[in-house]
Amino acid sequence: MKVELEADKCVASGQCVLAATDVFDQDDDGIAILLEEQVGDDRLDDVKEAVAVCPAAAIRLVEQ
Amino acid sequence: MADTPAGPVPQAPDSPPGFPMPREARCPFDPPPALKDLQAKTPLTKVRLWDGSEPWLVTRYADQRAVLGDLRVSAGPDSPGYPTKASPEGGEGKLSFIMMDDPEHARLRRMVTAPFAVKKVETLRPAVQGIVDDLIDGMLSRPGPVDLVEEFALPIPSLVICELLGVPYDDHAMFQENTKTMVRTTATPEQRGVATREMAGYLAGQIAQRLAEPKDDLLSGIAGRVTAGEIDHQQATEMALLLLIAGHETTANMIALGTLALLQNPDQLALLRDSDDPKFVAGAVEELLRYLHITHLGRRRAVTEDIEVAGQVIKAGEGVIMANEIANRDPEVFPDPDRLDLTRDARRHVAFGFGIHQCLGQPLARMELQVVHGTLYRRIPTLKPACALEDVKFKNDAFIYGVHELPVSW
Ligand code: HEM
Ligand code: SF4
Repeated sequence: MKVELEADKCVASGQCVLAATDVFDQDDDGIAILLEEQVGDDRLDDVKEAVAVCPAAAIRLVEQ
Repeated sequence: MADTPAGPVPQAPDSPPGFPMPREARCPFDPPPALKDLQAKTPLTKVRLWDGSEPWLVTRYADQRAVLGDLRVSAGPDSPGYPTKASPEGGEGKLSFIMMDDPEHARLRRMVTAPFAVKKVETLRPAVQGIVDDLIDGMLSRPGPVDLVEEFALPIPSLVICELLGVPYDDHAMFQENTKTMVRTTATPEQRGVATREMAGYLAGQIAQRLAEPKDDLLSGIAGRVTAGEIDHQQATEMALLLLIAGHETTANMIALGTLALLQNPDQLALLRDSDDPKFVAGAVEELLRYLHITHLGRRRAVTEDIEVAGQVIKAGEGVIMANEIANRDPEVFPDPDRLDLTRDARRHVAFGFGIHQCLGQPLARMELQVVHGTLYRRIPTLKPACALEDVKFKNDAFIYGVHELPVSW
């Protein structure tokens, strides 16, 4: 699956970093950045959790 | 019509239920029973506030998140229909972007997001551990009992936010007292106005100093935005005020109320005391946030364009309240919701709100609470309340829930 992040919407809550540390980080201003765009099955649950807790609906998982 | 709210709004005949509702004295950690009954009965209902207005109350988790995530609602107390907690005149004060809508909200919030990033906050952990250890040493050097609020819960977040902002901690008595007045529901608009102005005057002075001579602190960062012409001195002051208040009062209440809840649930306390797994401690803190939900008077918004909630249209100009404390007890999301269970996965709670206003300081609050609850019971395994639960004064008279005092011994 592919992860999409709309950085414009991000409110720097840090929730995605907590949910999926290997996939998300924050830039110097606290805005989320993607470390990996493609996630395998082993990361899927963590990314789903990030999607669920993101307060700004900035993260999506898309089938390829 | 009441001038100023003073706790629960009583039920009147032929009108919607009063809000907020009284808690059950015997269950001080639970939301008001009438509120939970409403959740079981209906997703959406009208309530009556202290000023006679009748906004909507959203009772369930999914609907609350949907409304808070919707950009057609406004957090501005001046928006038509906004359900106020208190008389706005000299009242709630201007608290910067927490009361604004996008795009201005986003513009201002993004000026201060940097120091709250998860990894930035992590670098402060050793310093916070030092503060917590020192305060525990201080308590243990005396015979007890001590008031955990004064001696532990309040100093921790106050020291941390002072360090971060660059506010001298020596002035803590001034800002802690004024904050207490600002969040007390029974304060008159005048009292609240005086407290707000004293704090604002103080912070305006601090910012003026940074304009003249910048330091390496967040106040200087905010002052830098004034120099750059992005905000004026007044906006900078309001931003500092929001960060100072939000930074200490909430976390302090979570520390004291959380400790009391654990002392009342010794089996759960034992899990924390016996664990040295940071992951378990982090999960336990999420569960405490869910279970206690201290920002207990609901997230409040005014609807700016018609929206649909639970099959019903809420019209532009109407007010809507999301009672997050019962969202965190929604059985659809949290099985056996009224049980404090530190082993559950509570990460989806809404103790920090939801949507664009979700707490900016949450990584900092989490880290402070992890250090506190991961340390206190290990260092003082015999910690116990020094008064009966019935004698503890709970903050039913404040916008943020907690305990006024908590005498403890060991
Ligand atoms: C356990 C402690 C805390 C709790 C339970 C808490 C809770 C909340 C909640 C529920 C909101 C949302 C308000 C709304 O939607 O109307 C919020 C917003 C906010 N909090 Fe916290 N908070 C805590 C600690 C902190 C700390 C340590 C800071 C640090 C400065 C902070 C700064 C803020 C700010 C600036 C906002 C406004 C965000 C915005 O409007 O975009 N909070 N908090
Ligand atoms: S969870 Fe959403 S809002 Fe929070 S940092 Fe990640 S992308 Fe940004």
